[in-house]
Amino acid sequence: MNIIVCVKQIADPEAPEESFTLDSEKNVFIPSAKITKVLNPFDEQAVEAALRIKDQSGAKVTAFSLGAGLDRAVTKKPVFMGADELILLEDEAFADGDSWSTARALAEGIKKNGSYDLILCGRQAADWNAGQVGLGIANFLGLPYVTVAKKIEIIDGKARVERVTSNGHEVVEVQLPAVITVSNELGQARYPAIKNIRAANKVQPVVWKPSDIGIDPSSVGKNGRRLHLLKLFKPVIQGTCEIMEGESTEEMAENLALTLRRAKIL
Amino acid sequence: MGDHKHIVVYGEIIEGQLGAMTKELLGGGRGLADVLGEDLVAVFIGDGIGETAREAYAFGADRVYAMDIPGAYEANLYAGGLANILEHEQPRYFLFGHDDQGADLGPALAFKLNVAAATDCVELSVEEGTKRLLVTKPVYGALVMAKFSTDDLPQIVTVRPKSMIAPDPVDRTGEVRSLDAGSTALNGRVKVLEKIVEESEGIKLEDAELIVSGGRGIGDAEGFKKLAEVARELKGAMGASRVACDNEWVPATIQVGITGKIVAPRIYIAVGISGASQHMSGCSRSKTIIAINKDPRAAIFKQAQYGVVGDWKIVLPVLMDKLKALD
Ligand SMILES: Cc1cc2nc3c(=O)[nH]c(=O)nc-3n(C[C@H](O)[C@H](O)[C@H](O)COP(=O)(O)OP(=O)(O)OC[C@H]3O[C@@H](n4cnc5c(N)ncnc54)[C@H](O)[C@@H]3O)c2cc1C
Ligand SMILES: Nc1ncnc2c1ncn2[C@@H]1O[C@H](COP(=O)(O)O)[C@@H](O)[C@H]1O
Repeated sequence: MNIIVCVKQIADPEAPEESFTLDSEKNVFIPSAKITKVLNPFDEQAVEAALRIKDQSGAKVTAFSLGAGLDRAVTKKPVFMGADELILLEDEAFADGDSWSTARALAEGIKKNGSYDLILCGRQAADWNAGQVGLGIANFLGLPYVTVAKKIEIIDGKARVERVTSNGHEVVEVQLPAVITVSNELGQARYPAIKNIRAANKVQPVVWKPSDIGIDPSSVGKNGRRLHLLKLFKPVIQGTCEIMEGESTEEMAENLALTLRRAKIL
Repeated sequence: MGDHKHIVVYGEIIEGQLGAMTKELLGGGRGLADVLGEDLVAVFIGDGIGETAREAYAFGADRVYAMDIPGAYEANLYAGGLANILEHEQPRYFLFGHDDQGADLGPALAFKLNVAAATDCVELSVEEGTKRLLVTKPVYGALVMAKFSTDDLPQIVTVRPKSMIAPDPVDRTGEVRSLDAGSTALNGRVKVLEKIVEESEGIKLEDAELIVSGGRGIGDAEGFKKLAEVARELKGAMGASRVACDNEWVPATIQVGITGKIVAPRIYIAVGISGASQHMSGCSRSKTIIAINKDPRAAIFKQAQYGVVGDWKIVLPVLMDKLKALD
């Protein structure tokens, strides 16, 4: 069983607002140097999903990450968690892509790598919140897909997936090979285990450039974009909060009741 | 390129009725169609849905199609079927809801048609001259908004729930044309075995006029029982932050936020919630936000209209008693 997991390196999505600078001229949102780079949290959960299958029935897990100037310590996390191989599509030309150009390059990379039974992605990358790359890979490789999984089990060449829906979940069975995108409801991803570290240290990432996967650099990253960013701006937040006064918490709570009643809110 | 015209909306029938999201899409789509002077078209997929689909006329559609695909919603089948609409319509824009089905189908259709999709958009407008659709969506956990466009046609967009206004129905009807779903290479590779409803009874979160929402500050599942009691007394529904759901204090179906439900009640009472952008993005369209948090620096106070700095365990009982005393 060969499992591919696609992981994206992003700026910590829970870093406070103050640690980013918006440059409206250049249309960029720049994380300060202090913000740690992390794997997209949903992608860690996709790695976790792959490793649960590996624990259960054995599998070779290969992580793929695409970008420019990737931080080895970050992209190698899947290997420290227990993945077997790491392939980086890394080149300046891959920078600033959209879901379309990213999916296409990842699909080519996955093809070049050889056989696959299951391809896992996160439900969406927490930076641009697109939720498209998994669907794109499925399309380029001609595979069926299931999105927003919280549980994946492999039974007789099929994946049985619990797909999160707004009022519960559905159980979907998909023939392999297939693409499945993973959501946080899968549960906490494991921490890198000490016992993996020695083996993981030996794993050297394979690095491919656009030419290695047979794609023209002019059709990846920024140049391959279909969706054009026109403007970045801060949302308007009109908050003038009336904080309840009082000598004690009880008094503040009473004041809240009075205020809301007076304003005919409650 | 030149012959792409009109706006197609992906419609859904939920529990025998036109879905709320579908009405919102028809409302938003109608506005765009009027700007363009083009038609608004609705397409529905399902099992014997013709009669209900007809209602789309009352909400602004100029043409309605129904594609008969038996059985439950299945992404691969539906996406394959939708691609066949192009034999009948070459839309300029194709709009989906950003929900269970739309978020699953919209981008898949885009890749099939070799065009770009923009997802989770909260604002749509027509660019003068080019007639391109300009879309705005929250990015970086909703810390910033991004405006995008594409030169691809059709432009495929998924629209966030509660960001367009559903029109009032008018007395207007027409025929529902039936469409053949055709077949796709992926038929039969995916089977939906079961649909499990975990949502609790009572007022649906997305329909509630009042929501009492709790976060990590509630502390445990016991605490949420008290919160549920307050929600019930106020005739509202209970929501939660992702932390509370991830900790399994409450079911994931009540998560509010960018990856949970989008709500816009008249009153949103946030209790023990810090106000992270990913959460606020799901409730910022509420009319009045009331925050109860023991940390005066909590970000929630930047977006709330009324706040109490204090322990909810003291605040909530006193608030409820006082409200009753004022009745
Ligand atoms: C990609 C991504 C998507 C996400 N999507 C969502 C989403 O859809 N929805 C969502 O909610 N989050 C989402 N998050 C998580 C989000 O970033 C925050 O981590 C989360 O919303 C914080 O939850 P919280 O406010 O309950 O917890 P905390 O941030 O820990 O806040 C708890 C608050 O409770 C207060 N408190 C503690 N005790 C008491 C007490 N006794 N009385 C009163 N106040 C008290 C504290 O002062 C604190 O402000 C997402 C994150 C990522 C990265
Ligand atoms: N640059 C990337 N490298 C590897 N995987 C990626 C990359 N971008 C997106 N993905 C995968 O696709 C998922 C959805 O991304 P997106 O469509 O950008 O929201 C992510 O959760 C990842 O699993």
